[in-house]
Amino acid sequence: MTEKPFNFKDYIRPRFFPHIWCPGCGHGIVLGSLLRAVHELGLNKNEIVITSGIGCSSRISGYVDFHSLHTIHGRALTFATGVKLSKPGLKAIVPMGDGDALAIGGNHFIHAARRNIDITAIVMNNRIYGMTGGQFSPLSGSGKKATTAPYLTIDRDFDVVELAKSAGATFVARSTVFHANECKDILKKAISHKGFSVVEILTQCPTYYGRKNKEGDAIQMMEGYKTNTTRIGSKKLEKNPNLIQRGIFVENTEVPEYCKAYDEIIKTAMKGKA
Amino acid sequence: MKDNNIKFIQGNEACVEGAIYAGIDFFAGYPITPSTEIMEHLAYRLPQKGGKFIQMEDEIASMGAIIGASLTGNKVMTATSGPGFSLKQEALGYACMAEIPCVIANVQRGGPSTGNPTHVSQGDVNQVRWGTHGDHAIIALTASNHQDVFKITVEAFNMAETYRTPVVILLDEVIGHMREKLVIPKPGEIPVVARLRTSVKKGVDYHPYLPREDGRLPMSDFGAAHKYNVTGLFHDMWGFPNNDPRVVSELLRHLVDKIENNVNEINMYKEYWLDDAEYILISYGSSARSAIHLAKNRRARGIKIGVLELQTLWPFPSEMVREKCVNAKSVIVVEMNMGQIITQVKNAVDNPRNVFLANRIDGELISPTDIKSILRMIQGKGV
Ligand code: SF4
Repeated sequence: MTEKPFNFKDYIRPRFFPHIWCPGCGHGIVLGSLLRAVHELGLNKNEIVITSGIGCSSRISGYVDFHSLHTIHGRALTFATGVKLSKPGLKAIVPMGDGDALAIGGNHFIHAARRNIDITAIVMNNRIYGMTGGQFSPLSGSGKKATTAPYLTIDRDFDVVELAKSAGATFVARSTVFHANECKDILKKAISHKGFSVVEILTQCPTYYGRKNKEGDAIQMMEGYKTNTTRIGSKKLEKNPNLIQRGIFVENTEVPEYCKAYDEIIKTAMKGKA
Repeated sequence: MKDNNIKFIQGNEACVEGAIYAGIDFFAGYPITPSTEIMEHLAYRLPQKGGKFIQMEDEIASMGAIIGASLTGNKVMTATSGPGFSLKQEALGYACMAEIPCVIANVQRGGPSTGNPTHVSQGDVNQVRWGTHGDHAIIALTASNHQDVFKITVEAFNMAETYRTPVVILLDEVIGHMREKLVIPKPGEIPVVARLRTSVKKGVDYHPYLPREDGRLPMSDFGAAHKYNVTGLFHDMWGFPNNDPRVVSELLRHLVDKIENNVNEINMYKEYWLDDAEYILISYGSSARSAIHLAKNRRARGIKIGVLELQTLWPFPSEMVREKCVNAKSVIVVEMNMGQIITQVKNAVDNPRNVFLANRIDGELISPTDIKSILRMIQGKGV
């Protein structure tokens, strides 16, 4: 914990602003929660490498005053794996959009989870490709409108939490940009967790998803996150099982972390050397 | 006394020995014939020296991982063959754009597609040059014997650091799998280039993409004093995305010039009996072995024939090739593809009509007899 009060200017690169996000985009709230989490954890900015792919959400990496690696579409976790394994002292944070993380990057997502390498993956889920102008993503779900689904989507969606769980992620949580404080607290735990952590954050894209699907403006969409979600196992859920659950689903500290496990390999190899 | 420096090994292992000599710290890869022995040996060797090895979920991931590891200050490498090399192209272009030192070994098999995994080919020469999208420059080195595989591997790491660029080691199945003697040079015998790190102190502005006067770009490791941005977008000296036309054209020119303008420094080759040669065989990789064999054999019969063995394929050393071929009656390019380097040779020499192709594309190693047939045809002696 640092004593200094939080000032976002300590954590951003003013040179990079104004940011590219549309008015009302939820991504700024994710950024705010992330920076507050880093601040409250008292992390040294020099210890953090933020790695992202391509998409609206991926632009986060450039805005923050950490070591930042803006890579190619879908592959951020692979670059972050190289960073982390080669220098395990660094904190690796990977913000990704839903298409970036789970369409083109889906294979890397499950394998990073399987390895349990100490990376914090933030899936900023707005259920759409924003950067390219509103095509449906693997998280849109069926019956949605998108520029590539003018007659409604027939594709089913992934449940990020279930996918991360079954792939072996040792920390899995979900929140929304309406719950910015909860987001921050979950991110703090995810970043501190020694292993692969996945935080899904529901965030609105009023420009494309909202407009195409008549979900209203940013405020109405955020209201939706309030009314359509509830804490894990809450009473509300009994009444309405369709509510999306928020909170920490998995927190497992038993599974060996990948870089630690590799250190043991090094010890064995060095001993065995003739 | 047993000398541990003499080995009888595969070319793929010679490549591993070269990488170790050059100071490799990190390898990420995915199994693929005929390159797999490189990753198998590094899985064994790297942790013995405290280095890191990771088997990734695919070829793309391997390329991403080595770029990430290079940025924390490590010497990195991946190895693959045609199909995997195709998959790596986007990230390879990223390494060109973001100027990340890394080494990629491609042990060629026959292609396209799955092709001929266990047989020899040199069909990826042009892909190495132009595989990733957009204008760019690339360095590609090759060799015809294990001592040279070792040497070009060390040089590949050196050039990756010197020019801040991906460097491709282009081997072929015959070289990769053949066993022959390798004498590992003593430390210091081949110079090893270390990562050039910035001397800019903490708290002072560091411009990751502002070249020094000599054109080199000192790096700062992720985790060290300077926090900066790395991106595949066109960027300014801070590493910030920028699409100002001037910034875009300057960066693109820099990326190409830093390599094309140093073609003489990058150029590695060997020559055999060229001084009075009327016939010159230009070859590289395992094909060069047959070319040298044939030339030696013909020399013994009084034919003035020599061999120019290319080790640097890209940037193509046009000027050197032109000079060497100035007095030749005929030039025969010996390669195992439909004619890839021959295009460069024709562009380089004064008289492209005197350039002929001796090739083989059926997965078998081109033999001295194959080359002899072409030579006899050119000599007007019939096949
Ligand atoms: S397009 Fe959507 S996701 Fe992208 S910045 Fe605009 S609102 Fe945000």
